[in-house]
Amino acid sequence: MRITQGCFSYLPDLTDEQITKQIQYCLDNGWAVNLEYTDDPHPRNTYWEMWGLPMFDIRDAKAIMGELDNCRRIHNECYIRLSAFDATDTWESLRISFIVQRPSDEPGFMLTRQEVGGRNMRYETRAYVLQKPEGARYDS
Amino acid sequence: MDTPTPIIAEDSKTLHGKERYKSGVMAYKKMGYWEPDYEPKITDVIAVFRITPQDGVDEIEAAAAVAGESSTATWTVVWTDRLTACDKYRAKAYRVDPVPNAPGQFFAYIAYDLALFEPGSIANLTASIIGNVFGFKPLKALRLEDMRLPVAYVKTFDGPSTGIVVERERLDKFGRPLLGATVKPKLGLSGRNYGRVVYEALRGGLDFTKDDENINSQCFMHWRDRFLYCMEAVNRAQAVSGEVKGTYLNITAGTMEDMYERAEFAHELGSNIVMIDLVIGYTAIQSMSKWARKHDMILHLHRAGHGTYTRHKTHGVSFRVISKWMRLAGVDHIHAGTVVGKLEGDPLSTRGFYDVLREDFNPMRLEHGIFFDQDWAGTRKVMPVASGGIHAGQMHQLIHHLGEDVVLQFGGGTIGHPNGIAAGATANRVALEAMIMARNEGRDYYKEGPEILNQAARHCLPLRQALDTWGDVTFDYTSTDTPDFVVSPMPAY
Repeated sequence: MRITQGCFSYLPDLTDEQITKQIQYCLDNGWAVNLEYTDDPHPRNTYWEMWGLPMFDIRDAKAIMGELDNCRRIHNECYIRLSAFDATDTWESLRISFIVQRPSDEPGFMLTRQEVGGRNMRYETRAYVLQKPEGARYDS
Repeated sequence: MDTPTPIIAEDSKTLHGKERYKSGVMAYKKMGYWEPDYEPKITDVIAVFRITPQDGVDEIEAAAAVAGESSTATWTVVWTDRLTACDKYRAKAYRVDPVPNAPGQFFAYIAYDLALFEPGSIANLTASIIGNVFGFKPLKALRLEDMRLPVAYVKTFDGPSTGIVVERERLDKFGRPLLGATVKPKLGLSGRNYGRVVYEALRGGLDFTKDDENINSQCFMHWRDRFLYCMEAVNRAQAVSGEVKGTYLNITAGTMEDMYERAEFAHELGSNIVMIDLVIGYTAIQSMSKWARKHDMILHLHRAGHGTYTRHKTHGVSFRVISKWMRLAGVDHIHAGTVVGKLEGDPLSTRGFYDVLREDFNPMRLEHGIFFDQDWAGTRKVMPVASGGIHAGQMHQLIHHLGEDVVLQFGGGTIGHPNGIAAGATANRVALEAMIMARNEGRDYYKEGPEILNQAARHCLPLRQALDTWGDVTFDYTSTDTPDFVVSPMPAY
């Protein structure tokens, strides 16, 4: 399966040129670009690992692409997402977020059902890879 | 010895003292409801009405009558006014302008002291402002066009419990409009079949599905059945996509007790959103907002019924006012028009509604129907929902008119896809993502829209099929509810 979190998951994976243009869009808006990676793709896993701090002071798309390359090199079998923070009053949150790297294989999620109280159901979504310890989940 | 100058110099001057309180009937404009020199206080509520006086009734008297009947007046003079600080309680018409290009119609500006209104109650506000006065005989028609709500009053309301930013954080979806679909046919599906539509639409790429306004608990599908099958569908779709999904479970019912019961069950099943209809009434809406706040639930409002009083320009209440009331009342989503779809929606007026819902400060923009500066003082923002007769082929127009913070709901445009519901959903999602990417890259996406869609369709057969099926279907009719002011370049002399 292909997890479809983020802004562009239904399009073919972005090329570096396309990613650079999106970064430029973020910079033009005055947002801070942020890189995060994880090997736990659960839809409600909010806190991916930060690749350093949000790049508040880097205003050059090429430099940010350099950071992305470093992150990819070290975490080559992880999900990496690129997002941008807008600190404007009454927003103060992300303005965009999309996946810029996926592991080569995405096994997906198991849905378990626990029957409780009549026809009610308790659902649990669990990534198959979570059976392995953190850091060893996507090694081939 | 000096004689006091008579106070009745002109026929529309307010009388005072003994003259004012002589028993009998007196013109409203002499009773203190027409005060052309009045300067509204920063804490006043201000309403602007479009008045159409009966033949022979002058506009000043009509405006004063509206002020009177929406505040303290009755048809005759009563001495008991003199037991009160009545100058304060009287609403004051202070300005009357002719409506451009509409003979016989006038905009009347009326100021109300804040003391007239109970804090945090839309019911109380509306009982005054749109109470008796709309049936008042000396007027042919009356329309509430806009209101200025002072910050002091805004702060007495909770506002949306979730709002645009927190909704996005909770769903983990940023940078693009959200996508939804209303399950069709809206009546007759069993719970099991209904859940199938929800599952297919969500797994195909939509973020939300939605019950229609009149899906409550009928013989063909009781509410508990619907909720159970829908939540099975939501959870399955989450597992196959790895994305947060939701379905607006409509909890509208005949009594508050039933609504609370349905809301509690939705909560117990893990739904992240519930839905209500505008027809349940303002107090019920505020109650459900309180409940939603307590249960971390997004509250979706379907504006069922609004067209009966918002659509025609001469009588009723503008939807921009309903938008303001609903932001105060505390809903997180509200249907606010599509511009290009099948339902009423002039582009400029619709822009005004969206601004009211989404901005923290609305500057006066007469060309969008916004008569006043409005400071929302940090009240959370309402996510507008665009629904009704829209499809993937209009994606560039939708983003151009409605922006990014909106739920685009393609019901027929998802479920009617020749290759099935999931294919319809995928077509919409691909069209959306491609258009957002192009916009961010700085392309002139509005002009190049069809080309961008065709390019995206090269790697997405469902989008190709959607474009071939609906092409450029559009609903191009004249709007009935348009702003009266247009921006036209001033002639150069």
